[in-house]
Amino acid sequence: MADELTLEIVTPERMSFAGAVEEVTIPGTEGEFGVLRGHASLLSSVDVGELSFTRDHKKTRYAVNTGYAEVTASKVTVLVETAERSDMIDLERARQAKERAEEKMAKIPKEDADFEKIRLALLRAVTRLNVAGKN
Amino acid sequence: MAALKDIKRKITAVHKTRQITRAMNMVAASKFKAAQTRMENFRPYAVKFMEVLSSLALRVDAKSHPLLAVREPKRIRVICMTSDRGLCGGFNSNLIKATERFIREKMLEGREVELIPVGRKGRDFFRKKTKTINARADVFSRFDMRLAVKISGDVIPPFVGEEYDELYLLYNEFVNVAVHRPSVVRLFPLPSIGREVEIEPDKRLDYIYEPSEEALLEKLLPMYVHVLIYRALVETSAGENGARMVAMDNATRNCEELIQSLTLKYNKVRQSAITAELMDIVGGTEALAKG
Repeated sequence: MADELTLEIVTPERMSFAGAVEEVTIPGTEGEFGVLRGHASLLSSVDVGELSFTRDHKKTRYAVNTGYAEVTASKVTVLVETAERSDMIDLERARQAKERAEEKMAKIPKEDADFEKIRLALLRAVTRLNVAGKN
Repeated sequence: MAALKDIKRKITAVHKTRQITRAMNMVAASKFKAAQTRMENFRPYAVKFMEVLSSLALRVDAKSHPLLAVREPKRIRVICMTSDRGLCGGFNSNLIKATERFIREKMLEGREVELIPVGRKGRDFFRKKTKTINARADVFSRFDMRLAVKISGDVIPPFVGEEYDELYLLYNEFVNVAVHRPSVVRLFPLPSIGREVEIEPDKRLDYIYEPSEEALLEKLLPMYVHVLIYRALVETSAGENGARMVAMDNATRNCEELIQSLTLKYNKVRQSAITAELMDIVGGTEALAKG
């Protein structure tokens, strides 16, 4: 057990996950990074993307929404606004959200203030689909 | 006997009312429980968040961030967070009164005030009286962090764009089931952070920051607004159901008292009717016997 890493995924709604894992991959703003036990202390913001960890050689995937991650040698705390495990994702809803976002995106110019919002919505939907699709 | 029948009808009516208030009490109780769990689940997130934000704020000179910009408060905005539904005692009216007082004070100071009502009760109340913008109603039956993000989306850009200078949030702070305290939180400019939470010395590790401290803070500050708003939403929802629970419990008890006193009255009237009838019969027999 000594070489295990504790991972906590905290969202406003609940503690999504808490337990020992072997490795975590986090979608940081500056790029994806992996964490093993003994990692240097790190504070990084987290983007919309796929967070995954391995436990007993099994990989579990989460689709996460912005937040940040705090890494110390033996513990990783991820605070994100939403976190959905791959098997909990509502595929149909994600697909609809993607279509909606794509439609809206086609209509407005890039300079529009809402463009960024829509881009993020699209990103979230695509991430959800990707994460769920890998099952 | 008309009076007897009337009382009987009244008793039945109060019985039915009691049934309703009792059912509402139970519904409110279960909703309250859910809201309370939500409040508890949110706590670790809020605590962790404050820890990191404070330790970050200590290292960075945050004065430069647009959400911390202090301007002369000429135009202010006020978020008034009420519940969507009534029948919860003085829960909403107390807050609305506090909001009116707050607005009046600010206006006396010569400020221009715009109101952002969240929750149907507040919106309906203020709709015709005050200048309201970005109203949101019917939100509490199902809400999550996204609602807080949406509300922040309404208020952050205009503040950064200097359309107004200060933002206050008025909501019922949850103390316990029966006690809710109308409270005022200043959202913008954000009060200085970092002094609120004592950080344990061993938590102040030297971190690698990715991206830089400044960029991280820039990202975390809007999230801090989300956290504050979400907390108010969760507390309002718990408070509303707690208040309704108490109100309905009182109503049920009042119904019971009413039923008791009405039953007593009913029995008295019935008894006196029987006595009167008996007296009639006795009087009649006596008259017959004499004749």
